[in-house]
Order: sequence, then C-alpha cells, then structure tokens
Amino acid sequence: MCLAVPAKVVSITGQTALIELGGLTRQANIMLVPDLQVGDYVLLHAGFAIQTLNEAEAQETLGLLAEIAQIEEP
Amino acid sequence: MRFIEEFRQPALAQALTEKIKKCAGPPVNLMEVCGTHTVAIFRHGIRGLLPPQVRMLSGPGCPVCVTPNADIDKAIALASQPGMILATFGDMMRVPGSYSSLAEAKAKGADVRVVYSPLEALSIAQDNPKRSVVFFGVGFETTAPTTAASILEAERLNLSNYFFFSVHKVVPPAMKALLAGGEVNIDGFICPGHVSTIIGSHPYEFISRDYDIPCVITGFEPVDILQGIAMLLEMRNEGKAEVAIQYSRAVRPEGNPKALETMAKVFQTDDANWRGLGVIPGSGLRLAPALERFDAGKHFKIKTRPPKEIAACRCGEVLRAVCTPPECRMFGTGCTPEHPLGPCMVSTEGTCAAWFLYNPAGQAPRTPPAKAGG
Repeated sequence: MCLAVPAKVVSITGQTALIELGGLTRQANIMLVPDLQVGDYVLLHAGFAIQTLNEAEAQETLGLLAEIAQIEEP
Repeated sequence: MRFIEEFRQPALAQALTEKIKKCAGPPVNLMEVCGTHTVAIFRHGIRGLLPPQVRMLSGPGCPVCVTPNADIDKAIALASQPGMILATFGDMMRVPGSYSSLAEAKAKGADVRVVYSPLEALSIAQDNPKRSVVFFGVGFETTAPTTAASILEAERLNLSNYFFFSVHKVVPPAMKALLAGGEVNIDGFICPGHVSTIIGSHPYEFISRDYDIPCVITGFEPVDILQGIAMLLEMRNEGKAEVAIQYSRAVRPEGNPKALETMAKVFQTDDANWRGLGVIPGSGLRLAPALERFDAGKHFKIKTRPPKEIAACRCGEVLRAVCTPPECRMFGTGCTPEHPLGPCMVSTEGTCAAWFLYNPAGQAPRTPPAKAGG
C-alpha cells in the first residue's frame, strides 16, 4: 500500500505533470509538491507526486556507502 | 541518477552485509513496521544475508491487514445498496470480512470498482451524476493526503454524489501501542520510508526518548535496507537511541508540509480499531466536521450483522509479531494466497503472503525469542 516509485517530471501544466517512469509516461497530480521543476524526480503514489527526490542527498548516501565498501573490501 | 539501480549495487550490498556481521553482538530483534518493507526484505533475500543474532520482525504496517472485519462488513453493506458504486484500491477486494469479501459482493451484482487513485473515484462520480459513489479509503499517511486532495477537489467541484468511507490510519500510535503491550522485545525500528516522506522524523521521537529504542527511517531498495540495519546496530553498540534518516533523498525531518496541511484541512484524528491491536487512541482519520457531508457513514444507513472472526486465523498475532506465519497451523494448508482465511495472506504486503511467496521451502521459521526477563 505504501509503495511509491521514482518518476521524472517531463512537463507541468497547472496541477498536473507529465511524468516518465521506466519508459512510460503518464499524468500525475502535483498539488502536494509545490515548486516542482521540469527534470525533477518525484515519488509517485496513487496518482500523486508525494515528495521530490533530492539528488545531492542521494549522492551523499552513495558516497558514504562507497567509503564503507572500500573499508570492508576483503 | 535514476534513484533505483544505484541502490541495488551488489558491491554496496556486499560491503554492508560485512559491516552488519562485524557490528552484530548479542541477539537483537529489529522490527520493520511497514508492509512494503516486509515484502522488500523477503523479495531481496535480506533475511538470508543477516547473521543469526539479527532477527527481523514484521510489524502492523499493512493497512489492508489491520482493517478489522467490522469495517470490511460495512464497506460490503455500502456496496450492496441499490444504485451504489463503491470504489477502492485493488488490495481490498479479496480481503475476507465476516461473511463475504468485496470481490464476492461484486460477483453477486454489487458495483465495486478498483481504482489506482482516489482521483479515479472522483471521475466515476462525475461520470455518474445520478448515482452515489463511495470511495472506500484505506492506507496510512502515505495515502491519506491523496484521499484528502480528492475530497477537497470534490468540494471545489461541488459534487453531491461523492462520498467517503475512511479506514485511514496513522502509524506512530500503533508503534506506541505495540511497545506499551510489551509482548515482544524490540531493539530497533526500521521506520516506514514513505509514511515518513509525509510526516517526517519528529513523530517517532517519543520512541527513542521514552523507550530508549533507536529508529532509522529507511528506503526500500536492498542497499537502503541493509544500511538501515547497519545504522540500528551501530546505534545499539554506541548505546544511542536516536531517530536517524537513512532515506535522506526522500525524507526531510519536517516531512511534506503541503501534504500535512492538506490532511489537516480534511481529517481529524479519532480512535480506531486495528485488527490484532484493538482500539488505539488517536490512530484513525475521519472527516473534519466542515466536510461531514462527504461522510458515507453519516449519509447512508449501514446495517451489518455482528462481526465474527475465524478462530483458527492468527493474523492478529502475526501483526503484533507475537507469532510468525508458519507457526499458524492454517499457514500454507488451509490458508494460501489462492484461498486466504485472513488478510495477511491476501494483501501483497501481508506478512503471511510474503512468507508464503518468498521463504524458501524447508527453511525453518525464525521465531522471535522469548521476552527477556519473563
């Protein structure tokens, strides 16, 4: 029930955005995420964008994990 | 960056598995609260990667599963009224109530429609102006803002044939009820990632403060889950009990203010009955007084027979992590995804369904250890 998938915003018209996920495009309601820009990634749930995804935060997590991978390398 | 493959890299999962092995000390019980986590943990084989001291427990985080029979009976009674259209999410269709399921009611002629979004229910109401359309809304904080948005839209459109039957619930009070019940030792919580995109990290702070239990808000990819487990173990080793965010690409401490504001406009909290946990104060969402004209419970007379349970079904105990699915004597014999007795076997996110689908045959179930000191 709480499944939400990352999707890329392709265009925005009012409260609706065209989003791309896994090669498919579909419409999503964006009233719950103000200040959305084309090119942003959002989490899509039940036809709504429920949050924007922060690329800098994702890179930081991955950087930290890469460090762990170096330390843990056998 | 596509936000999926990056968090499935085998090298990172391998490194985290090594780290977890190094961090693991005395036996710990870590609970994933969310049903989406339960499925992800089984699907990716995470349990098999963990050392024996690290036990994963599945909590009450499948909204379909915690909906009691009495509420399903009411939805079926609503759907069976003449001229009515009842719309709901697909997961709800096959869940057995006391006497029938929505799928069975549909087979008998009730107009029950599966929707992907509450907005589709709204469209059905617009397309059928002479019929009443009830949206049977189920879900936690991830879903509740979307339902709230549909009700605000119905108000804006001045729709008089769109109604709402809410079994929406909120997660933190259920975690509190579980801890207060004291039936199972929980040494750390994998907190629900998508619920937390809405509510943020603050609503879990009572768990670290009052119960001294660390919490990590975690994403759903395998690397996320392994990192969440490693963070919990690290906190335990350092004697810390904080609320940390592993899923930082999606979760901010303050959550999603716009979604919270939308929910606050539409809902107010109420006591709600949870399967397995009973009535939990402040854990349900019902329509605010200003929007009561959309309340199906107030608009229609709902007559149901007294609810009843199947005595052999142990869903209630599974939801409290008191027993694992294979400990139920009906599991895999009298109760399968094809012929489910209880909701935990029906829902794709139910703990019993996850065990049935993903647990390798012949693997002995890992049972939670007895509560320390008693």
